[in-house]
Amino acid sequence: MKFAVIVFPGSNCDYDAYYALKNIGFDVEFVWHRNTTSLSNFDGIFIPGGFSYGDYLRTGAIAKFSPVMKSIKEESKKGKIIIGVCNGFQILVESELLPGSLINNKNIKFLSKQVKLRVKTVNSIFTKNIKKEYLEMPIAHKQGNYIADSDTLQTLKDNDQILFEYDINPNGSMLNIAGITNKKRNILGMMPHPERASNSLLGSEDGNYIFESLIKNYV
Amino acid sequence: MKAKIYIKYKEGILDPQGTVTNKALKSIDIKGIESIGIGKYIEMEFDKNISKDDAKKIAEESCKKMLANPNTETYSYIIED
Repeated sequence: MKFAVIVFPGSNCDYDAYYALKNIGFDVEFVWHRNTTSLSNFDGIFIPGGFSYGDYLRTGAIAKFSPVMKSIKEESKKGKIIIGVCNGFQILVESELLPGSLINNKNIKFLSKQVKLRVKTVNSIFTKNIKKEYLEMPIAHKQGNYIADSDTLQTLKDNDQILFEYDINPNGSMLNIAGITNKKRNILGMMPHPERASNSLLGSEDGNYIFESLIKNYV
Repeated sequence: MKAKIYIKYKEGILDPQGTVTNKALKSIDIKGIESIGIGKYIEMEFDKNISKDDAKKIAEESCKKMLANPNTETYSYIIED
């Protein structure tokens, strides 16, 4: 199974993602954001964290118009696996591939710390094989406060689209949301960084549960 | 010709910058402020040959497609000669 790790100007978790995916057994290739060719030869797409375009205007607001996003949207329609972490999640909501918005943390601070996440459902390819109730991994963001209107929140609940929630809410996110999937369940967006929790030297290996679940269940 | 574009959070969206700034103003004894909302101000200078109608269209399209997030923000603009 081959993953594309998308690189924007300002991405800074691209190498972490490359390492984590490779470590689990995926083939991985970097794809520059100006790429206009199809991504159909990849089985998965990873949009990493960082500060694409310096977070100018709004996080993800400019990256969503990068040429590569056209192919990502095409692939998403086909049901391809797409993971957006941190800035990648922000780009996915700006692109409307996932519902809701990510705004300033409630306390306006940039938060960089280890957090405890509850695995809300195993009903997804990303969480199917996670046997633990809680995972630990870092967050590093200033705009991670997930908000959506009440209808959207209800839909997320009704369709079991909330995959991860914070044990202790660090940023004000509605319903303690840390990670969600789309209705088709092929896209994962999350603020915490599984790729930065992929080796015991980094303080946690819990991120690997997500990638392991993915590689085991990919058909 | 230019557009003066104002972008602000929709009613009910948490605006921690505004809340904290309001508290800070109170702390230096400036009284009489009910609330503060902090948004963005954008100045857009147009090409010389652009008419006022076109300027409006360009400002509208820019706000709609990129400058504002329709989920969380509202926008308004004034076109000036």
